[in-house]
Amino acid sequence: MFIVKYIKDVLHGVKSLWTGMKITGGYALRHHKEKITQQYPDNKDTLFLPERFRGEVVMPHDEHNEHACTGCTACELACPNATIKIVTRFDIQPDGKKKKAIDKFVYHLELCTFCNLCIEACPTNAIKMAQTFEHSVTDRTELTKILNLPGSKIREGI
Amino acid sequence: MLIEFAIVGVCIIGLFAMLGLVLIMMERKVSARMQLRLGPNRVGPGGMFQTTADTLKLIVKEGMTPDGADKFLFNVAPFIVMIVAMVIMAPLMFAKGLQIWDVNIGILFVAAVSSVSVIGVLMAGWASNNKYSLLGAMRSGAQIVSYELSAGFAILVIVILTGDLKISSIVDGQVNGWWIFKGHLPVWIAFVIFMIAVTAETNRAPFDLAEAESELTAGFHTEYSGMKFALFFLAEYANIFVVCAIGATLFLGGWQPLHFGTGTKFNEIMDYIPSSVWFMGKTFFLIFVIMWFRWTFPRLRIDQLLNLEWKYLLPISMFNILLATLMAIMGWHF
Ligand code: SF4
Ligand code: SF4
Repeated sequence: MFIVKYIKDVLHGVKSLWTGMKITGGYALRHHKEKITQQYPDNKDTLFLPERFRGEVVMPHDEHNEHACTGCTACELACPNATIKIVTRFDIQPDGKKKKAIDKFVYHLELCTFCNLCIEACPTNAIKMAQTFEHSVTDRTELTKILNLPGSKIREGI
Repeated sequence: MLIEFAIVGVCIIGLFAMLGLVLIMMERKVSARMQLRLGPNRVGPGGMFQTTADTLKLIVKEGMTPDGADKFLFNVAPFIVMIVAMVIMAPLMFAKGLQIWDVNIGILFVAAVSSVSVIGVLMAGWASNNKYSLLGAMRSGAQIVSYELSAGFAILVIVILTGDLKISSIVDGQVNGWWIFKGHLPVWIAFVIFMIAVTAETNRAPFDLAEAESELTAGFHTEYSGMKFALFFLAEYANIFVVCAIGATLFLGGWQPLHFGTGTKFNEIMDYIPSSVWFMGKTFFLIFVIMWFRWTFPRLRIDQLLNLEWKYLLPISMFNILLATLMAIMGWHF
């Protein structure tokens, strides 16, 4: 019956809206000491950022100043806004063969949308997201970062 | 006579400025609580002066007029919206005997004038020479024209039961009980429909299609800045106050205190509370309800919005009118 369905629809609508309102109304009227937001910058010392927070792309280096980047440019290709530019060079190996390696991993923080695509694209897990987020600077050039440290080289066996 | 005009004018403008500050603060605090946040908490105790600071910022900001805009209409639109909101205040009864203009068609006047504000919105959208503004204004037009109907029907229920359009007699008619208590089913339905329809008419979420930040930047006031933007913003809150005041007048007894039975101790205590406090309390309660809607429901799509009006609210309110008329004729209310 059309009319029965109509009335049922209306009642169902009212009920589901009331369910939503009960939740928000409960939050508004009851006192919730627990706030889900963090009171930055008051809590700088106790600031908690979840592990998956995406603040900036970094390249971890180990204690021998070695990283895992092969210079394959997969991350550069994956990036939707041309944030990453890989400058490669050819190292002459002891046996006389030439091997491709990165010269500079240029990362334009000001263009990055923190989409995580580069990190997923990397075959050797050479880059990851860091949790830093205080990125404001007074000079734009400071946002263009070279991620590989000076004098660093690729880790053996990658 | 002139002096009276001046006093009333100053009072209303003062009330508007106060309302803007208080309601925006309230909105931000209510939304913060509902979302388990703190809300503004830097300026003044508990962030109390945040809106004052914001207003100050808006006043000193440059009010730009875009090059391609129709300059005259563009600059006049915010004032029209604002003036409409002010004019509706005229027949409202703020307390016992405190009323600017007790016109004998009070509620009709309110219903008629409130629909003029859409002209201001359309003007702003059209004059901005910006497609987002125009889209927002068009949506606002469609929305206000549709929801006016059910709001009108909801008001009509009370008019039928009272038998008068005069605001003071509507309030006096509720001396032995507010309509929400003595009106039974038709008034309850009318009340719910009224609240939904006025939320739509004031362009507030979940019906804020005229602004729709995520789709239309800011809808009809995309191009506005500085004080002209502030006027739109203020008018939105003034409108909320006005519609809630009307709701309180029609359904919750205006300034009438809460009474149970006659001559009981409880009634006497209630009578000690000044009538203005009753009126403001009821109005702010309804404002809270409207804010509650905003921070609970997601925005409707334009077709869902019109569906809700034409397929649900309007038929239900038509049926409701019949029921109310029957009730008034048979005298089933008490
Ligand atoms: S996170 Fe996204 S935008 Fe940023 S560098 Fe990686 S791929 Fe590019
Ligand atoms: S960071 Fe990963 S994906 Fe990018 S060039 Fe180096 S190895 Fe390739």
